[in-house]
Amino acid sequence: MLNFINRQNRYVLMTIGAIALLVLPLILQQGGNAWVRIADAALLYVLLALGLNIVVGYAGLLDLGYVAFYAIGAYMFGLLASPHLTDTFPAIAAAFPNGLHLPLWIVIPSAAALAGIFGILLGAPTLKLRGDYLAIVTLGFGEIIRVFLNNLDHPVNITNGPKGLNQIDSIHFWGLNLGKPLTLFGFDIASVSLYYYLFLGLVLVSIVISHRLQLSRIGRAWMAIREDEIAAKAMGINTRNLKLLAFGMGATFGGVSGSMFAAFQGFVSPESFSLMESVMIVAMVVLGGIGHLPGVILGAVLLSALPEVLRYVAGPLQQMTDGRLDSAILRQLLIALAMITVMLMRPRGLWPTPEHGKSLQNNTAK
Amino acid sequence: METLLQQIINGLILGSMYALVALGYTMVYGIINLINFAHGDVLMVGALTSWAIIVRMQESMPGTPGWLILLIALLISCVVAAVLNFVIEKVAYRPLRNSPKLAPLITAIGMSILLQTLAMIIFKPNYKPYPMLLPSKPFQVGGAVITTTQIMILGLTAVSLAVLMYLVNYTKLGRAMRATAENPRVAALMGVKPDMVISATFVIGAILATIAGVMYASNYGTVQHTMGFLPGLKAFTAAVFGGIGNLAGAVVGGILLGLIESIGSGYIGTLTGGVLGSHYSDIFAFIVLIIMLTLRPSGLLGERVADRA
Repeated sequence: MLNFINRQNRYVLMTIGAIALLVLPLILQQGGNAWVRIADAALLYVLLALGLNIVVGYAGLLDLGYVAFYAIGAYMFGLLASPHLTDTFPAIAAAFPNGLHLPLWIVIPSAAALAGIFGILLGAPTLKLRGDYLAIVTLGFGEIIRVFLNNLDHPVNITNGPKGLNQIDSIHFWGLNLGKPLTLFGFDIASVSLYYYLFLGLVLVSIVISHRLQLSRIGRAWMAIREDEIAAKAMGINTRNLKLLAFGMGATFGGVSGSMFAAFQGFVSPESFSLMESVMIVAMVVLGGIGHLPGVILGAVLLSALPEVLRYVAGPLQQMTDGRLDSAILRQLLIALAMITVMLMRPRGLWPTPEHGKSLQNNTAK
Repeated sequence: METLLQQIINGLILGSMYALVALGYTMVYGIINLINFAHGDVLMVGALTSWAIIVRMQESMPGTPGWLILLIALLISCVVAAVLNFVIEKVAYRPLRNSPKLAPLITAIGMSILLQTLAMIIFKPNYKPYPMLLPSKPFQVGGAVITTTQIMILGLTAVSLAVLMYLVNYTKLGRAMRATAENPRVAALMGVKPDMVISATFVIGAILATIAGVMYASNYGTVQHTMGFLPGLKAFTAAVFGGIGNLAGAVVGGILLGLIESIGSGYIGTLTGGVLGSHYSDIFAFIVLIIMLTLRPSGLLGERVADRA
């Protein structure tokens, strides 16, 4: 798509883009934190979509329960970095009289690892399944996790049930607390903007990892499995291990995003991890252009940020319809219509990858 | 023993509802390999339409007997749901028949959200009581209780299933459906019009879903715009459980799932000493499904292994 741009122009464009991304929150925060918050949420969704893209886009494993890993990461962070566990277990309260506030370099890796382990646990029994069977099992897995989060407040209060966990620590490292605004050279940077930079950094790291994966032997093997599993197996690819790796890796991304979400919100509850969220993340990946990094990012930004922006212009419409069409409903309506129309106009996504499309078209036109 | 019998009765009623909805999923899947995510919401549209008609009729014609109102409401809402499903297929799925497989899945999900949102705008988001139109007399069966409404539900399911089986196995349309499910191209060469068959499948599916929706509403006594989502999901699970694409499998899967769910939620409390309560009932379906598919990836009665990703 960008072939007409030569190398030099491309560097100029990238520099402009980078500066724009860096300055964006500082401009947005002038209009209130809500706008920066939208940008933060969009970046979190980009992170999630990139993780799911490894599973669905590269390895071709349709996962409709991806939000489970997001939830596991968020709850792990919430449990290890909030006073909740000390309330439930006297032993922990005795060991940590000020509440359990473990340092980040323990909390985030354990959130990522736990999500990864669950990813592999989910993958293991489903290796034989393909396509829609896999979709429905992963969907079930997501629901199982959510039901447990909702009910594990009894007999031992672990997840605090539907009330959720609160008082979760914000992210702080090297004396820098992202929960508080930072004053640099007399210029205030709001807490949400600090999170923006953190998430932006994570997104960039994820893009690099995803890109390198795609070019690596592992990525090639995943795509071979996606295109034709039997042929891939015949060529000596260890499909079992590679599928597990894809599940595990995607889940790890989900776990890290989850812990970021928990720290950013300071609060987690099962409500944030409904099936609709999973579906939304799949929609982002597919809408943008499955398996294609720029497309996935585009899809995530569009589906997460656009409706939030529309929320602010929904006022007049709400008045016109006597409040029947409030902003939340309008948002849902627009998302649904966007999903349908985009797929009808561009079934391979807004910004599809050329290679992927070719092989898929051959497959379906048999 | 009485609780077991009671749970079996409850399970059969729940299961017959799942079975009717599962048939819609399995027929569509058998022919065009699509998980029609909006199918559960067609159930919701059917139930809400029948509710609206019943309420109108009770206001405007106070003397009409209950069974007549219910029958008229059922017929009209079947037509509404059938037309709706026909249109959905034409608008959202047909143009994508030769596209990558995930595209129609996304439009189906979009359709599901769209239907729920529109229903919320039209009918308001609150729960609405569903009028009891038939005298619901309880009967004692070996210590367990079964009401006339519940007997009617079981009867209606049996009749619907019989009609469907006759339609699929002994009519021209049924043969065309089976041929299209086997191979659309060859069927077309033999004079079958696949597009027409697919439309007919969606219409039949919508009618079955509406019957299930009215049953569900009569049994539980409320209707709301999100009521179709979870039953739809469970019914799809039932279809996969029985072997997707297989009609008998959908019925067996639906009824088994209903039984497992109600017996499981009835006994989980005593079995685990009160650690896990009946609020875990929603996950039985999925746990059973995972175990089942691990042992037999093509479902109970399924023959072919799904090979399309």
